[in-house]
Amino acid sequence: MTTASGLAPSVLHPIGRRSLRHRLADRGIDRVLLLLLPGVVFLVLLFVYPFLYGLQLSFAPQTGSGPLANYQTFFSDSYLRDTIGTTLALGVPAALVNVLASVPIAYRMRGRFRGKRTLTTLLVVPIALGTVLTAEGLIAYLGPSGWINKLLRDFNLVDQPVLLIHNYWGVFFSLVITGFPFAFLLVLSYLSGIDPNLERAASVMGAGWWQRFRRVTFPLLVPGLAITFCLSFVLAFSVFPSANLVGDPSGSTRVISIAAFHAAFEQFDYSMGSAISMIMGAVMLAIIALVLGWRSTLFRGATGGKG
Amino acid sequence: MAAATNAPSTVAQPTRRRRFRPTGIGGLLVWGMVAFFFINLAALIATVVLDSFATTWFGSWIPDGFTTHWYGDAWAEFDLTSVLTVTAQVAVVVVLVSALIGVPAAYALARRNFPGKPVITVLFLLPILIPPITYGIPLATVLYRLHLAGSLSGVILANLVPTVPFVVLVMIPFVEQIDPKIEAAARMCGAGTFTIFRRILGPLLIPGILAAAILVLVRTVGMFELTFLTSGPTSSTLVVVLYSAVFGAGIRAPQEVDAMAVVYTASMLVLLVTALRFVNPTQLVTRIGDR
Repeated sequence: MTTASGLAPSVLHPIGRRSLRHRLADRGIDRVLLLLLPGVVFLVLLFVYPFLYGLQLSFAPQTGSGPLANYQTFFSDSYLRDTIGTTLALGVPAALVNVLASVPIAYRMRGRFRGKRTLTTLLVVPIALGTVLTAEGLIAYLGPSGWINKLLRDFNLVDQPVLLIHNYWGVFFSLVITGFPFAFLLVLSYLSGIDPNLERAASVMGAGWWQRFRRVTFPLLVPGLAITFCLSFVLAFSVFPSANLVGDPSGSTRVISIAAFHAAFEQFDYSMGSAISMIMGAVMLAIIALVLGWRSTLFRGATGGKG
Repeated sequence: MAAATNAPSTVAQPTRRRRFRPTGIGGLLVWGMVAFFFINLAALIATVVLDSFATTWFGSWIPDGFTTHWYGDAWAEFDLTSVLTVTAQVAVVVVLVSALIGVPAAYALARRNFPGKPVITVLFLLPILIPPITYGIPLATVLYRLHLAGSLSGVILANLVPTVPFVVLVMIPFVEQIDPKIEAAARMCGAGTFTIFRRILGPLLIPGILAAAILVLVRTVGMFELTFLTSGPTSSTLVVVLYSAVFGAGIRAPQEVDAMAVVYTASMLVLLVTALRFVNPTQLVTRIGDR
């Protein structure tokens, strides 16, 4: 259309140049786009601006000299620097467990069967409970006098109560409880997008269930799994309430979000808080870029599950 | 990222319904895992609920006795009447404003291709993909500088950041499935843009708007991070008060905290059951429903 009018404008529009409005409308710009305006203005003011403000603030340290002082402090102080490792040590295994446990379960449940809706509904419950309530429940349930420890002692499996809360494991369980349903529902929807005829075709050719899964379904699912991993990882990486409640917020589960919160709202060093937030975002984006980069090398066929 | 931009998949499914039978070792293993997860989850919730009704409970399988007075105590101590009022106010305003901003934006994004559309799309995706605690700290800093943090309006503004894009994302497929010819016909008959929205698109979009509104409601009531970072003593929602009660220092009976947790769970479950009448569970986490 645009090429045609570019080639022979005099033929198409003998009266002269068309009005600006028409030419813009050809490219999809008309008054309908004004409907976008409130949303875009809102996000620019409350999302883009705070981000840029925080970025700028992180280079204007309250103490120390030079614009990079906050970042230097962060990477030279092991109490701050180690929070990256702590967060990754929690987030990566939790995301991996959630995604990998979802695959066989979702694979079993990919078809339709009675009670599927009930089961998926039940899986939404932990998402609704939220991290605070899950943490509160874990403290009572896994605590030294909780049911799990009672069970273990009554069967004489342990002498001392097993320490499951106020350490790494408490936070890990909390991440699995809130993260697994999320990962599972995503994997299930990716799996449902893979054409079941492909598996039937493989079956006709004599492939057993393992071969069908290994050679047909799984390769088609992997790109979707990469996305699921990214989203699960982002959720786990930003763990905050449970790291405080069921974790050991000054020691083994001092994650990076706690460090950022501590700097900004307990020491009131907004500049340092912003710097840590930026580092948190950068580490997260680096991991996601890594996974998505690997994903882009995978085959993404014309059939679903590609995410 | 592409998860959210994909069109809803419409792959034909076999329509016959089979009853699920756990077969073989693999099947038993998988169902064992699911059962294990749910048993622990149920026990976890049961612990909190039982404790909230317990007179005392230490070291035994079930509490020594049962009482309901912790609910009254918690209600009075944490002033739950005003907390619940604040929660409801925040949730309702967030739902209304995010629908008012989000639905028109979704319409424009669904109907037009224009230069710079990818940039706008990314702008609407980022607040959903980036976890709230990451952008919440700079956002709260800005709101503190503007003296908005600590007030109800600050909490509402912060909560709108993820919900406006969320409404846009949920609404786009709903707009896409409406035939543009219907609008063209209305315009031919002399309807203006506003009339088209009110008389044609509005009624057709009601199911989508309802779904989006309920999902936003669930998200806002459950949103901890943003509310926690921007709220003050008079503008805390239930989930933040609950967190402070667990984390904050002070001598109070754990049963009181658990009673409040049960109030929170119950209200969340009511919302959720309502939500699930209108939307597919998968929509709570993704736009790709297996319908």
